[in-house]
Amino acid sequence: MTRKQKRLSVILAGLAFLGAAAGLTFYALGQKASYFYMPADLAAATVEPGQRIRLGGLVEKGTIVRGQGAAVAFSVTDKQKSVKVSYTGILPDLFREEQGVITEGAFGPDGVFVADSVLAKHDERYMPKEVADGLKAKGVWQESKSE
Amino acid sequence: MVETGHFALVLAFALSLVQMLVPLVGARTGNRRLMAVGGPVAVTGFALTALSFAALATAYAGSDFSVASVWENSHSLQPMIYKITGTWGNHEGSMLLWVLILTFFGALVAVFGSNLPATLKANVLAVQGMIGAAFFLFILATSNPFIRMNPAPIEGRDLNPILQDLGLAVHPPLLYLGYVGFSICFSFSVAALIEGRIDASWARWVRPWTLVAWMFLTGGIAMGSYWAYYELGWGGFWFWDPVENASFMPWLAGTALLHSAIVMEKRSALKIWTLLLAILTFSLSLLGTFLVRSGVLTSVHAFATDPARGVFILCILTLFIGGSLALFALRASTLTAGGLFHPISREGALVLNNLFLTTATATVLVGTLYPLALEALTGGKISVGAPFFDLTFGPLMLPLLAIVPFGPLLAWKRGDIFAASQRLMAALALALAAMLTTGLFIDGASVFAALGVGLAAWLVAGALTDLAVKSGIGSVAPAVMLRRFAGLPRSVFGTALAHLGLGLTLLGIVGTLSFGTEKILTMRPGETVELSGHTLRFEGLYPQKGPNFTEDRGHFLLISDGNADGEITSAKRFYPVRQTVTTESGIRTLGLSQLYLSLGDEGNDGSVVVRLWWKPLVTLIWGGGLVMMVGAALSLLDRRLRVGAPARRRKLAAAASMSST
Repeated sequence: MTRKQKRLSVILAGLAFLGAAAGLTFYALGQKASYFYMPADLAAATVEPGQRIRLGGLVEKGTIVRGQGAAVAFSVTDKQKSVKVSYTGILPDLFREEQGVITEGAFGPDGVFVADSVLAKHDERYMPKEVADGLKAKGVWQESKSE
Repeated sequence: MVETGHFALVLAFALSLVQMLVPLVGARTGNRRLMAVGGPVAVTGFALTALSFAALATAYAGSDFSVASVWENSHSLQPMIYKITGTWGNHEGSMLLWVLILTFFGALVAVFGSNLPATLKANVLAVQGMIGAAFFLFILATSNPFIRMNPAPIEGRDLNPILQDLGLAVHPPLLYLGYVGFSICFSFSVAALIEGRIDASWARWVRPWTLVAWMFLTGGIAMGSYWAYYELGWGGFWFWDPVENASFMPWLAGTALLHSAIVMEKRSALKIWTLLLAILTFSLSLLGTFLVRSGVLTSVHAFATDPARGVFILCILTLFIGGSLALFALRASTLTAGGLFHPISREGALVLNNLFLTTATATVLVGTLYPLALEALTGGKISVGAPFFDLTFGPLMLPLLAIVPFGPLLAWKRGDIFAASQRLMAALALALAAMLTTGLFIDGASVFAALGVGLAAWLVAGALTDLAVKSGIGSVAPAVMLRRFAGLPRSVFGTALAHLGLGLTLLGIVGTLSFGTEKILTMRPGETVELSGHTLRFEGLYPQKGPNFTEDRGHFLLISDGNADGEITSAKRFYPVRQTVTTESGIRTLGLSQLYLSLGDEGNDGSVVVRLWWKPLVTLIWGGGLVMMVGAALSLLDRRLRVGAPARRRKLAAAASMSST
């Protein structure tokens, strides 16, 4: 091989490598990223049972039911619709009624959302950003209410 | 005192304006007196910033609630240590720490850069002054920590309880030393572009700074990971949280920079690439600052958001990244390309390392920014978490780790892959043995676990092989070998330890993920639970009172072989000022592994939800990071990097020649 051919083959190999990495990245973004929904959004979207999503909203008042062991059930609401969620594990310290929460998991065949993680990440105003934005868009939550 | 601090901060800003202009003009016009202004100004600027920081820390330590920042983030009942660390446990104070470290590094260049070419030193200090000016202005305009309140409140609103921990004393300062340390590499790169000249001596200067920054960033990330592990009570060590990624990207790019700077120093190749990498690394640090401060993300790290701050930092970001890259595009072609090398050589291996590391950085960048871009463009909200990174980052890291042991064994310019493979035979045998043992003899080991353990053993054995080969194993007598081993350059030990630490971290990750077990259950006092051979008895919940909190502490007795073997306690803490509950996890270290316990909700009948983990080899994750830090420190102590070493050697040589005549 001449030097020019050598350099060309090195560049081509590098590009192929980068192409493979880029392809993998886009495949992973399509497959492994989970979308965020609020309960009222679910009617318009088609979410198959078993498809991983994140469901956010407020923990509906009076719906927290503790079951056997560490099992717990509650409803997530955006004040328009609400969705039943079941979860086994330790709830975050900041989990409480009427507070914003994000759950991650998938719908079971019975329409109950089976969460494998419950997050109550937030700033000092006790509201995850996604939930705050969603509630604001639906007009059920104003900035001033949080003060 | 507070007004003194405020005034010092304004003066430091004014000095940074002098520092960014006067030496630059001096270097441009060749005026030595103007160039010489940079040094003293940089040192004075650091002294003023330190004074300002000390003033704020004093206000925090003395609970001076007339200062708004103290009122918002402190409380008179807090223990003294958290009053002091609270200085940087908030947006304003941590920005002050940021510029303190920035000016500290600038002052270091001014003091230790006496043997730098005058124009290079002037330009470096000028660029450092530009960064300083931007951030001083940011602090004074949007995040002034010295704002007073009138009337002064009687009591403060308490520091965020999650931050009331020793981790706050260690993690942010280390992380900032790393983040901001890369600013020196950035300034050197931009200075070289301004001058249009770059040579191997430039790399000799940039490499130690990269090492220092990399060492602290490694420590900062490892410490942050351990802190999150025990403080949040989730038992995880890495969450691929966007803010974690923000610190991980400069680390990946910095690691690439560390390696490419070697090629440049030793072989004067890869000059332009190294320079670009230095710019990119600090740009990623700035991007991290933007992500954390602007409020575009929600995470444990997010500070109270203020859109004005986000826009301001975005402007700084655009100015510095855009400006430096534009300068690069204009000037890079005037820099001469370096020496040639064969693909199979030390240089070739380091290029491969750079290819993998920068691609990995890019995937992390995409995973971190894509959700933000998607939301801005379509309004759709997605989350990109571990599954994404497992699929993209993982496949890039595995081959990179597999080729690590080859690198140090290849010769410069043209290497012999067969000779290197032969020398690595023992390491390979060890790795295969570790893999087979794991796969065949440990119950429930997956293919992934066996591969992971094998790869970790390969890294560790490979690092030791490097040391053995360089001491001349097999070719010289043991006594000679020992002497040679002791005489190896410290940087060789540095490389070996850094690679060994990587292997240890990998072993910790694989051990914890593959062989860890967990249980969630409700327990009543007197009940026992068994997990991976460890028996725990729940003794009961006892209320306790701390200085600024109350807690319910659960006591658990560890029973080994029928005998009591100490207690593990975990607590639910309530901080009344912020009305916040936190979980204090209970951890018992057994060898390299840990039993981890965290309390959940209390039932009505005295029962409590308990989450229990057995985390085999988990301490190696952070231990490996420490070993990497030690490696970097040893490398820094290498003779050729020691200031004044050449001069001393010359003197010694002169003395030797005199005595021989």
